[in-house]
Amino acid sequence: MSKQVKAIVIAGNGTNCERETAHALALAGTDLVHIVHISELLGGRVQLSDYHFLNLAGGFLDGDDLGSAKAGANRLLHAPIAGSGEHLSDHLRRFIEDGKLIMGVCNGFQLMVKMGLLPALNGEFRQQATLTFNDNGRFEDRWVYLRTDSQSPCVFTRGLDGIYLPVRHGEGKLVTGSPRILHDLEARHLSVLKYSTAEYVPTMDYPANPNGSSAAIAGLCDESGRLFGLMPHPEAYVHRTQHPRWTREPDLPEEGMGLWLYQNAVRFIRQELL
Amino acid sequence: MAWRIEVGLKDGVRDARGERVRREIAEHLGIHLDNVRTIDVYTVDANLNRKQIEAAAEGPFSDPVIQRVSIDRPLAEDFDMLIEVGFRPGVTDNVGRTAKEALRYLLGRTLTDEEGVYTSIQYLLRGRIDGKLAEHIASGFLGNSLIQRWEIVPSGEFDRSKGVPVSVPRVISNSLPKVKHIDLNVSDDELMRISREGVLALNLEEMRTIQNFASNPDTIRARKTVGLGDKLTDVELEALAQTWSEHCKHKIFAARIDYDDGRGNREIIDSLFKTFIVGATRTIRQEMGAQDFCLSVFKDNAGVIRFNDDWSLVFKVETHNSPSALDPYGGALTGIVGVNRDPFGTGMGARLLFNTDVFCFASPFYDQPLPPRLLHPRRIFEGVVEGVEHGGNKSGVPTVNGSIVFDRRFAGKPLVYCGTAALMPALLHGRPGHEKKALVGDRIVMVGGRIGKDGIHGATFSSEELHEGSPVTAVQIGDPITQKRMFDFLLIARDRGLYHSITDNGAGGLSSSVGEMAEDTGGFEMHLDRAPLKYPGLQPWEILISEAQERMTVAVPPKHVDEFIALAAEMDVEATDLGQFTDSGYYHCLYNGRTVCYLPMEFVHDGVPQLALKARWEDRGHREPEFAQPEDPGAVLLALLGRLNICSKESVVRRYDHEVQGGTVLKPLVGVANDGPADAAMIRPLPDSFEGIVVAHGICPRYSDIDTYHMMACAIDEGLRNYVAVGGDINHVAGLDNFCWCDPVQSERTPDGEYKAAQLVRANKALYDYCVAFGVPLISGKDSMKNDYQIGDTKISIPPTVLFSVIGKTEDLRKGVTMDVKRPGDLVYLLGETRDELGGSEYYDMLGHLGARVPEVDAATALHRYRTLNTAQQQGLVASCHDLSDGGLAVALAEKAFAGGFGIDADLRNVAAEEGLREDTLLFSESQSRLLVTVSPVHQSAFEALFSGQCCSLIGEVRADRELLITGLNGELLIRSTIDDLKEAWQAPLREM
Repeated sequence: MSKQVKAIVIAGNGTNCERETAHALALAGTDLVHIVHISELLGGRVQLSDYHFLNLAGGFLDGDDLGSAKAGANRLLHAPIAGSGEHLSDHLRRFIEDGKLIMGVCNGFQLMVKMGLLPALNGEFRQQATLTFNDNGRFEDRWVYLRTDSQSPCVFTRGLDGIYLPVRHGEGKLVTGSPRILHDLEARHLSVLKYSTAEYVPTMDYPANPNGSSAAIAGLCDESGRLFGLMPHPEAYVHRTQHPRWTREPDLPEEGMGLWLYQNAVRFIRQELL
Repeated sequence: MAWRIEVGLKDGVRDARGERVRREIAEHLGIHLDNVRTIDVYTVDANLNRKQIEAAAEGPFSDPVIQRVSIDRPLAEDFDMLIEVGFRPGVTDNVGRTAKEALRYLLGRTLTDEEGVYTSIQYLLRGRIDGKLAEHIASGFLGNSLIQRWEIVPSGEFDRSKGVPVSVPRVISNSLPKVKHIDLNVSDDELMRISREGVLALNLEEMRTIQNFASNPDTIRARKTVGLGDKLTDVELEALAQTWSEHCKHKIFAARIDYDDGRGNREIIDSLFKTFIVGATRTIRQEMGAQDFCLSVFKDNAGVIRFNDDWSLVFKVETHNSPSALDPYGGALTGIVGVNRDPFGTGMGARLLFNTDVFCFASPFYDQPLPPRLLHPRRIFEGVVEGVEHGGNKSGVPTVNGSIVFDRRFAGKPLVYCGTAALMPALLHGRPGHEKKALVGDRIVMVGGRIGKDGIHGATFSSEELHEGSPVTAVQIGDPITQKRMFDFLLIARDRGLYHSITDNGAGGLSSSVGEMAEDTGGFEMHLDRAPLKYPGLQPWEILISEAQERMTVAVPPKHVDEFIALAAEMDVEATDLGQFTDSGYYHCLYNGRTVCYLPMEFVHDGVPQLALKARWEDRGHREPEFAQPEDPGAVLLALLGRLNICSKESVVRRYDHEVQGGTVLKPLVGVANDGPADAAMIRPLPDSFEGIVVAHGICPRYSDIDTYHMMACAIDEGLRNYVAVGGDINHVAGLDNFCWCDPVQSERTPDGEYKAAQLVRANKALYDYCVAFGVPLISGKDSMKNDYQIGDTKISIPPTVLFSVIGKTEDLRKGVTMDVKRPGDLVYLLGETRDELGGSEYYDMLGHLGARVPEVDAATALHRYRTLNTAQQQGLVASCHDLSDGGLAVALAEKAFAGGFGIDADLRNVAAEEGLREDTLLFSESQSRLLVTVSPVHQSAFEALFSGQCCSLIGEVRADRELLITGLNGELLIRSTIDDLKEAWQAPLREM
């Protein structure tokens, strides 16, 4: 493999944010970004193993008709790859074993959780948590403050204290399969992003916490720190003009806070995977 | 056999959906229940074994963390009343479709057409509730009998071992395809009976034209050559009715109108559309000369203007009123995914950028008895908002601009305007992207969803008023995912150059899309039996005119057909070759090899006789009211801020994803707390450029009650003033007109038709006058002319309403301006003169008056002002800018202040105004073309120099605290209020919607 950082963004079946995700990746210094329709992967014409960084972007896979990302998870788990006798899930497993990065945003996060890729406590890829209906039962678009956990193994949030991003979802409330799982997430610093007040203090109060998520959790990583998912949209804040108050805050930097997550990923790949 | 899978929540898991339903039942119906819980039910009618069904139940159909499942055994317990709501046979069941697909991956085989998954929702209600009340809840909130059915089971009658019995809502049809032959050699009465009973919506003259055509010896001779007799087939009659419908042919806008202005002047207008709409654009384009930015106007599914050298901008706004009246959710969902197909099917195809939505409703708090068949305005509100939410959000298209207008007359017919903009390459394969042409020999390929009975007679139905016999098949439910897949596929096919032409299947279905595309070649030959159906039993005419959603028609050259269809299949999209485009001169359909429709193209498209209308304007004697000034104008301001037409719509805006795609740089909610009312949206469509798109609109139906001429002028001005407020370039902006009228054809049912027609004429005259004066070309539009409700003695006609949408660009979106005040000490300027123009205002309406002096627009002065404002914005002199509309100066001051988080000190003595105005007039007049601007003191002289010689008054200053102070004409404090109180009054009314 040449010394290029290569990222793939999967599209199709209701994925909506593939283009802005690709743009964020390019801005963050990814050398090669491909938007790939899932039929290309299932047709065996594009290999996941050719990339370092898999992006599962926001959207409404299959309309979220069976619950958010449920039908999408079913497809990734069970769909065969033409002419190979293998399933896409086999390729995914190898991708993870190779120490590569996966980031799921919004619907992509829901997909990772429902496939068991997150939080994957003890390295077990089975579903341990879920993302379900917001407490108010409604889809909402609003910007939220997020506190990061500086002790987290997460490679994406290294060096960050807090970020400000939009959420746009109806099913973003994290619920764990047991109190034990929630305890482990916290103890192992896997609950890496939390809905917070403007002073970056985690909160359960609506609307700063838009969905009533357990322990105010907005994003999770696995114990390796290389698999990461979050409900808010980092790709939606890569330039200052995407900030909702850019016309009244002249000192906002050009770069948006969401870009930092992608830059961390690219830095990690350059250091560890090339 | 059919299995029944029930999925419920585990103990202790919050049922957010159930809680929302309980809350809404209380709000909508006033019924207070103790508790509502929900269970999802999948009825799987497929050849599976026990192990497979268990894998499905525990796999894709449920979430192991929070849900529990059972198979053929009820989960329901601990309830007083159970209501299970499912779809009627044949109604689009999106969840069922996805569930069926999920089984495919699980089983490793594709399910057959006979197999299916059907979904329903079980509501478990606890509280004091009897069967009658349960029926009321089911029909009044949980379900809609047009598309759904329900089962109600009291706790005592519930079979705890078997539960609700399995029922499979599969369409079962034994009807064999049959073509009827209709004898038109009959009396006039009989002709009209045929039209009425067939929902053909053709008038006598049109029926006679068809009668003459059928009996013409040339027709009979030609028909013999293809094996048809001298009677027209039902396929032919339906094709004509659809093509000639008001909805498709715009007969009223094409009519010859004898107009009497009520002052003894008469004129003949040969087509409002050609005279005033096309005419305005022609004049403006001539005047623009080399600066003309119009690329494709009026001829395609949407209008196209230049964006830059590489990209063109496409925009279309549609209405979906009648379906939304019957099924608000499905109607609005179909409205949004339907209008998405218009820009997508323009030129060679365009990528969708954003949606706009404007609704007109009666008050959701309406408390009068409702006439039959009307849904409560609150239910319409909720259903429409949810439909647009699902349609836009799931399609990945941000909803960036909109408004909601309230008037009690919209109880008769709600208006649902949906717009979509898109971006297309200026050049595609070396040719302009906005051009397309089917060639002789190209294959007719239908792409996307399948055909069902949904939407049959949609075009003709919406050409009538809502009546007792309005067909239930007119109701459809959109499927955003099927459409999204189709769009993903078609953009790839477009870029590979696999087709010559594309158009959408909307009103009129294949009949319309293929019929219109065939005008390129002069004929077509289509095999209706080859069209994929949702279920068997459709008649050939139904296949031809069904408006089943999510379909495009594409002209594919024979050499690319295999590649096109194979690519579609790989991307899970259905594409079917239905025939070919010809130069035969005939609209030719076959079924199983036999001709069932053979009409000359010319007769189909140009045979409809021109309608003749009479229009007579009359002076209705409007007067200005006489009343004393209110003693507490502060209280009036608070009351105005809480009026439905002025108050915050945040609860609705937040339900729309307004920033997916990452390009929304000026969002609908702005200000220090992200909750102020933006005037317009600004979009960055290309990540590597700072060129921006600006979109806004104007709509003011209240003014129609005085004079539709000024209503139209004000709507245009409001659209443009919102547009320039944020920084849109006034020299690069186009307009779209969407007329929604009440029936203007004089008849027994419409005794005031001549007046309504005169209202229409006057609005069109203003449209011409003001578009030309502002130099704003019209690029597309639509009319919906039968927005009346008539059952029994009750007739409700909507106020004549025009939505004027504007779209244009800004060279540098970093110069964008929002409406919120920015810094204490900034100077507050009012641009424009305030006049005694309270006629039709929110202020008068609140006091129960209409008045006479409706706002009038001085376009030349306004245009000069807007151009100067653009210059000030480009020079960075403008800290904030907000337009004045409903509620006038006082409301605009309050909104600016609370959105920015600072108070304002303003003095009415400095307001440039007509002589002798009262304070309440200065505060609440709705004089047009006015804007409130704040400017840093640093820029005072530069700003004032720019506006020297124009009407620009320095009326105050932004305060450091949170008080709005307005000084009256005698120098005393007239209004003193905190911005928190003002904001609360503004946010409270619809906060919980």
